[in-house]
Amino acid sequence: MKLFALNKLPREKQYLYSLVTIVLVSGVCFGLSAALGYRVVALILLLTVSLLAITFDILPVLISAALSAFIWDVFFIPPRFTLHVDTAEDTILLIMYFIIAMINGVLTYKIRQAEKVSTLKEEKANSVKLYNTILNSLSHELRTPLAAIIGAADNLQLNKNLSTQDIQQLISEISKASLRLNQQVENLLNISRLESGHIKPKNDWCDIVELVFEVVKRVEENNANQKINISINQNMPLCSIDKGMLDQVIYNLLNNAVLHTEPQTMITVSASCHGHLLEMVIEDEGKGFADVDGKDVFQKFSRNGNLKASGSGLGLSIVKGFTEALGGSVELKKGTTQGALFTILIPVKTSYLKIVDHE
Amino acid sequence: MSKPEVLVIDDEPQIRKLLEITLQSNGYSVKPAITAKEGLIMAGNHPPDVILLDLGLPDESGHVVLQKLRQWYTYPIIILSVQKDEENIIKALDSGANDYLSKPFRTGELLARIRSALRDTVSDEGETSFESNGLEINLSTRAVKKNNELVKLTSTEYNLLALLVRNEGKVLTHQYLLRAIWGPGYINQSQYLRVFIAQIRKKIEDDPNRPQFLLTESGVGYRFISKV
Repeated sequence: MKLFALNKLPREKQYLYSLVTIVLVSGVCFGLSAALGYRVVALILLLTVSLLAITFDILPVLISAALSAFIWDVFFIPPRFTLHVDTAEDTILLIMYFIIAMINGVLTYKIRQAEKVSTLKEEKANSVKLYNTILNSLSHELRTPLAAIIGAADNLQLNKNLSTQDIQQLISEISKASLRLNQQVENLLNISRLESGHIKPKNDWCDIVELVFEVVKRVEENNANQKINISINQNMPLCSIDKGMLDQVIYNLLNNAVLHTEPQTMITVSASCHGHLLEMVIEDEGKGFADVDGKDVFQKFSRNGNLKASGSGLGLSIVKGFTEALGGSVELKKGTTQGALFTILIPVKTSYLKIVDHE
Repeated sequence: MSKPEVLVIDDEPQIRKLLEITLQSNGYSVKPAITAKEGLIMAGNHPPDVILLDLGLPDESGHVVLQKLRQWYTYPIIILSVQKDEENIIKALDSGANDYLSKPFRTGELLARIRSALRDTVSDEGETSFESNGLEINLSTRAVKKNNELVKLTSTEYNLLALLVRNEGKVLTHQYLLRAIWGPGYINQSQYLRVFIAQIRKKIEDDPNRPQFLLTESGVGYRFISKV
């Protein structure tokens, strides 16, 4: 990869480097010419030109090929220090050397060009594929709740045969769908913040205990059937961290756990501080992920294939993006009971400031 | 008593309609304004009891409207906005907004905020005691009781709690609280605030982890509410 970077050098430097290389190699060979036959020198020079062809643009390579042929003729082919070549055999060798060096340079360059084109094509194909996945996922995730809202509202307006129970049901569908829509919009906004690269954590002292209880309360409000266990040391220090981002990370993980497990499944969130490392663990006793080892789950628009529950596939990529923006890491393992176990580690400044009242 | 009057300044017809229905059916009279200009004229001609102000108005930023209103209008102003970042919220609260709700909001929450904002203006002339859910606070005798037992608070704890109680229902920003209790040199020392709030909660809340009275407005500040 490093070699490829060299052909991004400015033209002048490429000329300079390739010519200097040829001169240096010839110089070394010249010093050793007592031990090396001039035919071996030809092979060494040819090798040098090939190496240059891998790294540099075509023109510097062709010029170095010509230069090496010239040097070989003048300094190595007897009689030395003249352009003159004695034997017919050496003349043929010199001509062949020149042709091979040139072809070598051109071909190597062509191969490189072809490679570039194919990588470009591949990238383009990948981005088209990603774009399609985005469109499919988004249209599904946004249109499903919209369909529910529009359908329910139409029914409420036009259908005269609805029972009171039906009406209640429709209203609750509208409410559920709009909450889901709201969550999707939130995710999309977060993803675009991450993509634009404008995300900078704003650290402030944060009471992790308070944060965890707040997030759990919010998750439970929208999902009354699930209960979340909190295991946390009340005497945890304050941590200096972007509260909003950590909030989003924990919320997404807990919300996932709640959505993708059966009602009454045990879900646990715990937090602890080891020195200057904040550790948060979210574990559920659900069915877990099919592909635990793969890092795919954190990829945008990746969805666990065997689950019926819906999702945009954005939640976990936001978890990963935010955690990394906070300087930390997130890992998925199989929990003690097959369920999913997420571990988040974030280095933080801590403060054990206790009540020192200014009286 | 006549119905409290609410002036709604919002350019989105759907939101105006929704607010009109919600508020009228809950005993308020509603006057809608579509632009900043119209809103300022209507507020000037006939000052309402409370103003609901959108920040994203077509002709002028809601922040500017808020500043213009606050030059003479002393009743509550509640911001309704799609902007939910802390900077916008803090800016609005610092320029004199009584409260801030981000869209989409829940109806119950909106009504509670309006009630609490209106109560502020009524109880302005020196209400000095408060009692709710087993918590009693008497600001003139500086006594705080939980389930009829005297709560021992340090003087900083008491000052912080009293400030929040006096502004019941209203969000007080971190900076405001730090400046008022510790002084201007402490406005970046948010860790003091966190520790003292946690400490007060342990003394006055039934479950300090699930506070009923002393609520956190994430990234913005704290709010004291009395459960009705």
